[in-house]
Amino acid sequence: MIYTTHSEQETEALGARFAEKLPAGAVVALYGDLGCGKTAFVRGMARGMGLDATVTSPTFTIVNEYEGGEKPLFHFDMYRLAGAEELFDIGWEDYLARGGVCAVEWSENVPGAFEGDEIVVRFEKTGDSEREITIEGGPELC
Amino acid sequence: MLILSVESSCDETAVALVEDGRKVLTDEIFSQVALHKLYGGVVPEIAARSHLEVVTLLADRALRTAGKTRAHIDAVACTYAPGLIGAVLVGVNFAKSAALALGVPLIPVHHIRGHIAANYLAYPELEPPFLCLAISGGNTMLVDVRDYTDMSILGQTRDDAAGECFDKSARVMGLGYPGGKPIDDLSKQGDDHAYDLPRPAVHGDNPFDMSFSGLKTAVVNIAHHAQQTDEALDKAGLAASLCRAVSESLVGRTMDAAKMLGCQNIAVAGGVAANSRIRADFEAACKEAGKTLFVPPLRLCGDNAAMIGAQGYYEYLAGHTAGADLNAYATMEL
Repeated sequence: MIYTTHSEQETEALGARFAEKLPAGAVVALYGDLGCGKTAFVRGMARGMGLDATVTSPTFTIVNEYEGGEKPLFHFDMYRLAGAEELFDIGWEDYLARGGVCAVEWSENVPGAFEGDEIVVRFEKTGDSEREITIEGGPELC
Repeated sequence: MLILSVESSCDETAVALVEDGRKVLTDEIFSQVALHKLYGGVVPEIAARSHLEVVTLLADRALRTAGKTRAHIDAVACTYAPGLIGAVLVGVNFAKSAALALGVPLIPVHHIRGHIAANYLAYPELEPPFLCLAISGGNTMLVDVRDYTDMSILGQTRDDAAGECFDKSARVMGLGYPGGKPIDDLSKQGDDHAYDLPRPAVHGDNPFDMSFSGLKTAVVNIAHHAQQTDEALDKAGLAASLCRAVSESLVGRTMDAAKMLGCQNIAVAGGVAANSRIRADFEAACKEAGKTLFVPPLRLCGDNAAMIGAQGYYEYLAGHTAGADLNAYATMEL
């Protein structure tokens, strides 16, 4: 499905709707350039998952963990990684085993890291604040 | 009291020896930059493995450099949160083993508290209470430091850290990584009113919260527009306008917070404190308001273990030690 949002707030709201029905163990691979709204989308996901947390960019830390809801949210950023091997180095499989939702920004940087059952979300900048967001796979949006 | 301290929460592996929280005997940092140069390519910079490979070597070197032996160590301190879990675990487990083997106390230290404590190393006269702005590639927060181990966050970024905004803006402008220094250098030749950049609007009711994501997006848009229309991008002007925008949102909020708290001393911590515009604006604002400004030298602004040894001393005095069941945490309240 393709969605069009017109502000950061709308992107965040879409993320919240998207995350409401995500099952434990879901891997969400996010693709898109700088400033496309990926972090805003994940902030919405946290809200949709009932997590009361300040979601900030994980670029520096590679992964931020949010717990306290029904299931945890692991917010990854592959911006500083050079390949799938480095994702395994930081314990990717351990995170998968923890029954949470993994949202992965800059999935472009880790080709081949996922096994084909990931949900793909693509962000495209169609204006200064307009974004086209394509979601492939996953549950129907409420 | 001699503390052996370890920091491994992200890219840097560091070990230091600090006496009584204020005097640094040695401060060893394993720099990945050297590794990059050595191999001429990208190395898995954040792998816990690389921390593990160097941490014991660094500890031995720290003792040698300081002319000390293991018997001189009175306690071992380590960063236990927050950070990349696999990386933090290496430092925690090294510290646990060392404390157990030496029969000395183990002191867990919060990474951001360490950054704040870097000021104690640079300024022997500084004592709480003070207000601290911690600004780096990973954090941007205003902290009310009431006492050495009693502090709370007044406000923080809702999205990107200030340093990340510089890094990512530098990337779209074709400058190097990390982006803070090249943007700072370039900004000195530019007009800080060349581009009209947004002042990050923060939704919500906390006046001390900040946002830098919109600013980053604005810079990306300006760079892309220039590319698409073949117009020359005034890089120096953009760099200067960006520094001004970041500085205004940091300095304004910090001065407001200082006024609200009625505190005399304002400290800045973290790598972004090296930005000359931010430094100059803080100096001017503090002078005008009659406040005293503390900004540690760059070496102490980035991740290092000396700051962990400094804060570790005060945590020890407050009775904050841990047993062999100490764990590492990816996230942790200040």
